Parts: sequence; C-alpha cells; structure tokens
Amino acid sequence: MSVTFVGMPKFPVAAAEALANPQLRKNLRHATQTIRNKRASVVGEVEDWAELRTAGAAIKDRTLRHLDEYLLQLEQSLTAAGATVHWARNGTEANRIVADIAKSHGVKEVVKIKSMATQEIFLNEALEAEGIEAWETDLAEMIVQLGHDRPSHILVPAIHRNRSEIREIFQREMGNVGMPAPEGLTDVPRDLAGAARQHLREKFLRAKVAVSGANFAIAETGTLVVVESEGNGRMCLTLPEVLVSVVGIEKVLPTWQDLEVFMQILPRSSTGERMNPYTSMWTGVHENDGPQEVHVVLLDNGRTDVLADTVGRQALRCIRCSACLNVCPVYERTGGHAYGSVYPGPIGAILTPLLNGVEAGPVEASLPYASSLCGACYEVCPVAIDIPTVLVHLRGKVVDSHREGAPTPEAAGMKTMSWIFSGGRRLAAAQWAGRLSRFVIGRKHGRIRALPPPFNAWSSARDAPLPATETFRGWWVRTNGGHENDPSGPQSSGPGRVEAGPEDIT
Amino acid sequence: MRVGLFVTCINDTMFPEVGVATVRLLRRLGVEVEFPLAQTCCGQMHVNTGYLPEAVPVVRQYTKAFAGFDAVVVPSGSCAGSVRHQHHMVAAAAGDTSLSAAVDATPHTYELTEFIVDVLGVTDVGAYFPHRVTYHPTCHSMRMVGVGDRPTRLLREVRGINLVELPGAAECCGFGGTFAIKNADTSIAMGTDKVQSVRATGAEVLCAGDSSCLTHIGGLLTRQRAGVRVLHLAQILASTEEQPA
Repeated sequence: MSVTFVGMPKFPVAAAEALANPQLRKNLRHATQTIRNKRASVVGEVEDWAELRTAGAAIKDRTLRHLDEYLLQLEQSLTAAGATVHWARNGTEANRIVADIAKSHGVKEVVKIKSMATQEIFLNEALEAEGIEAWETDLAEMIVQLGHDRPSHILVPAIHRNRSEIREIFQREMGNVGMPAPEGLTDVPRDLAGAARQHLREKFLRAKVAVSGANFAIAETGTLVVVESEGNGRMCLTLPEVLVSVVGIEKVLPTWQDLEVFMQILPRSSTGERMNPYTSMWTGVHENDGPQEVHVVLLDNGRTDVLADTVGRQALRCIRCSACLNVCPVYERTGGHAYGSVYPGPIGAILTPLLNGVEAGPVEASLPYASSLCGACYEVCPVAIDIPTVLVHLRGKVVDSHREGAPTPEAAGMKTMSWIFSGGRRLAAAQWAGRLSRFVIGRKHGRIRALPPPFNAWSSARDAPLPATETFRGWWVRTNGGHENDPSGPQSSGPGRVEAGPEDIT
Repeated sequence: MRVGLFVTCINDTMFPEVGVATVRLLRRLGVEVEFPLAQTCCGQMHVNTGYLPEAVPVVRQYTKAFAGFDAVVVPSGSCAGSVRHQHHMVAAAAGDTSLSAAVDATPHTYELTEFIVDVLGVTDVGAYFPHRVTYHPTCHSMRMVGVGDRPTRLLREVRGINLVELPGAAECCGFGGTFAIKNADTSIAMGTDKVQSVRATGAEVLCAGDSSCLTHIGGLLTRQRAGVRVLHLAQILASTEEQPA
C-alpha cells in the first residue's frame, strides 16, 4: 500500500506552490529554527552523544540483521503476556484486522494515539469506509483532522498552522464532531489547549477501543513503548477496554536494556527535551489494570523490500524523531506537503521511494532529487542514517529505471560529458569549442542573463558566467606552470564580478 | 614529495584564476605542484545525478592522472569530498575490481586548506587583502571533508583583512549541482536567503572554498546588483600587495 497521498504532483511542482506562500515560509522558518536550536542545546550537553549515536545505529543494525528471529521472539513474548499478535503484509491487511477487531466489539468509534504506521496505511480512511470514526487525540493531529488537512511534519503535523488559524479551525469544526469550542475562544496557547482538553476528554471517557502505534517493541519481554508529550497517549492506553497497536516490523528492539540508548537520543532529537513528559510501557494484559484485550498488528508494508536493499536498509533504523526535517534547508522552505507523502523531509525523501519503489509514480521518482545533498540531516540523525548517500543511491535507481528506450536529453548529455571527461585531450577540445559560446550567447559585461531551456531555470534569477578567455590548462601549457610569459594570468568573467556599465541598467 | 594539483573541471574551464591563485599560493609556501594534463573531473556531477556507470570512466581517468603522485591537492571541498567518498562507491557499484584497486592506489586528495594547515603546518600564508570579507563554509567542505576551522584560521592571519561573521553560515546556499536546475525554485529560495545574510554583513567580498557554490551565490548577487564581489578562498590567500586579488 502506497505511503503517498493520491494525485500528488512531483516535488518541484508542489514545492513551487509552497514557496509562493510567504505566511507558510514564515511559520516554518520560525518553528523549525526554534526546535533546531533547542535540539542543538540539549544534544550539546551530552558528552557521549557520538557514542550514543553509534550505539543506536549498531543496535538497530544488529536487530535488522536478525529481524526474522527477533520478530518471532516478540510474537512469543507478546502471546505469553496475553496479547494477540497479527501479521500484516501490507496496509490493506492491517486495516482489515483493525476494522474487524473494532466491529467485533460493536463500536462506531475508536480513539487514536499519534502513529506514523497507521497514517502510512491510511487507517482512518479505511475505518471511516466501514462506518467507524477514528478520533486523533494528539493535539496537532487533531488540528489536522479537524481542519480536513494533511500532516506536514512527522512530529509536529500542524507545523504549517499558526495559532489564529487553529482557533478558527476549533471554532468552526469542534461542534460538528463533539464538544464545541468554548464561547469567546482566544488564540492564547493555554486557551487553545484547554479547548482541546475538554473536547478530547469526552471522547476518552466514552471510547471502548483505542488504536496506537509504538515507538519500540521489546522482543525479550513483549513490551510496547509509546513516547509522547501530552498525556493523550496515556489516556488511550489505560481507559479503553480494547487496545490495538499497529507496529512496523522495524520497531523491534532485542532487549529491555537497549531502550536505555533510545530513551536518551529520542527526546533530545525530536522535541529538544532531555526527557519526554510521558513514557508508557505495557506488556500484554494485566487483570483489572488497563485494557483487557490487547492486539498487536505487525506491519510489513514494503519494509522487507527496503531490508533487501543493501544501501537503503539503513532507513529502517529511523526512530521518527524528525531532527532531519528541522535542520533541512529544503524542508524549511517548502514545508511537508510538497513531499506528497506521510513521510516528509529528508527521511521522507528516502523512505517514500524505498517503501513504494522509485517507479511507483512521479512523487517517488522526484523525491530523491529533492535535496541539495548538504548533509545537515546526516549530521543530526541520532541513528546515523546517511541520507545523502541513500538519496544518491536512489537517484541511480531512478536513472536506471529509464535506461530502456530512447535516452532523455539529460541522459544523452551525461553520456557526452562522461566521454569528454574520460580524457584530458577530449576535455581540452570541448573547452575550446565551449569558448566559442562567448561569441554567440547574449551577454553583458561577461555575464549571461538568459540561457536556453533547461538552463533557463538557472538564469531566471541568477546570472551565469561565461567560459574563461583562457582555460587553466591552456595557461599552464602557455606559461609553463606560471614560470614564463605570465604578467597577470588568465581572467574569467568571475562568478560575481561587478562592473555595471550604463547599458547594464535595465 | 610530488604533489599533483587537481584544479577541478569548473575552475579549469570557467575560473582559471582560482587555479592560478592556488599555484602561486603553494609556490610561495615552497610547494612546486605539478598539473597532470590527463586530469578532467571528479565525477560528482554524474554520481549525484544518478549516472553511476557513466562516472566509471571519469573516476578511472582520475586514478590514471594522479598515479605516481604522493598527494593531490584541490581547491574545492566538494570535489575533495567526492573523490574521498564516492570513487569507491562508483567502483563498487560497477563491480569493477580493477577500478577499486586503482582507487585504493591513488594518493590521498587534500582540500587546499587541509593541505596548507595539516601537511605544510602553516596558518600565516603571507597574504595581504585589506577588505571587509565574509566566509561561507560550503556544505561538503564542512560535512563531507570536515575542514573545520582551517579556512578561518588561514583567513584571520591575512594582513589587513576585516573578517566578519556570516549569519547562518552553516546553512546550505542551495546550489546542490543539478539540484539548482531540477529544483530551481527551492534552490533560488535558499540562495536568496543566503544572499540576504551576506548583504547584512556589509562585506565587500564573499569568499568560499568552492567555485560551484560561488557561481550560484555570485549569480544571485550580480543579478541583484548587490555590489558584493565573490572570490575563492585561494584568491584571497594568494593575494599580496604586489599581486592583489
């Protein structure tokens, strides 16, 4: 089942739309920089951060190498603790399982903890089709749901909304699905949170079935872990009689002790806190305490394909902290919707095409290119996923998927450049030919202001330099490495020469 | 020690003065570099656009050009990063064991400031450049190569320089190779913010260790008639009273 939203255009098209929205860019810049700075400060105070990061990656890698064994161990532990384990190859199967459980209890609604796995399989939509309402109880997810909107961030899904927009959504929508927003609601965060609490409390107290994901699943003990900030998760995990958790198969950790590493790196990387406010751990069923019927749906949905990709498999280490989104200069400007998937940002740019395959559609084929490869994501990733390398790897897959048939202009150009670059004399000849362009391209003061397609994408806002009057190799040969005939050396137009003349003023 | 200069395809073709500055600077520091004419390109454009098989002959050409040297020095963080991190990847992806062996046998490629600071052990290169300058640390020089504070240590020793800090310096300028064309709108949005930061410093000159990023930022600066010159780091370090940059 695809993790992308239906009908999304390729990244550059969706990005252009987002870039044209100055309010969105302002909201995003403010929000991402705030979290980015918080993270940097709390990570900076951990002396052994580099070791923790290495340990996090190593634990995940070891688990993934023996995933078959750990998953069976997890199933065994869960079953022994009184939980029912279900296996789902894809989203359709997982959705069917959850819907059947809800129906078997005759409920028309479920409460939900924020969960990427259930978003990935569009569980809410699937339940709705079966006549079951799924209420998101995480504040930001609720804002997205009430606003008939899409999440734009993994951790802060309503990051694209400011508080006056949120007040407007609450006033307009809350009454349609439950307790309405109080009269005279202001956009003060405290009041907004109060309105959400009241609205949600009614649903918590009524719900018979809760649906969650899990941040971690401990194979040794059968313990599931949810890390959250608002307490809504704790309500969902303790009040309803039935609990269904949809868990990606990569969430398994071998032992309880392994959690030690992740409980240090996750809160600091995600919300920039030393410790998260609510950590819930539950192991199967406990008599007269919490849900009396516990189901765990272990979800594949493309993960074994990712595991088979020797370069791409490191993406399965991801703990969904969002640190990469918050430092990404592309995400900061385009926002999450442009990525067309439930997984936005740098991790989304690799996860989406990995899970769906690069040939799945225009979104998947364009995402590997939605990065300047600046490497800021890799630098902050607490499990050291080398996102730039995976992006480059996926670009190779995109190119390979088009190798049959007539070559694109890009492919033909790359082939030509490959030929030119496979010999010094060839390059010199090409440079000689290229210098002729000095005489044919319209220019002013050594700068090119307009280029033909596809390079007009460059010149729309940027001048381009002309090839130099003499190449470096030409200079080297002529002057014997600068020892002879070299009063001043060759000159190019310079990348940013400023010699504006009267005719240059347009 | 035989040191080969890898000038890079972009400097060779578009900005030869960067190569000339590198030669003069190293000569002043007592290093007579050689320039093997067989050199072409590091192959990064092919690799980063997804054309790995097409990068194979380019990488092979690099190994041929610099065979027999003790070290290679390159005035580019990005190309140094590509040589050090991608050449093995290209050979491995092609399953080309002879190329893998050739990559192994190729001498270490130093980014210019690494070579000056680490190999030559120099931070005062005897330069003179009496201007207000701001420095943009390019992403690959910082994150792939890890040049750290070497460039600013060298710049601080330049006589007459007024080095001013660039706000948000560590943020990408938005060049990104073919990203600048494939995602031009995002690239320009990133570059526009970078240019705003540059202009806020009041610097006369923006310098960096990569001509590619400077082409992008410089192209925005001239289009905006910002009146800020862009210079490669090597040009400032080579600059003297007699031969100013």
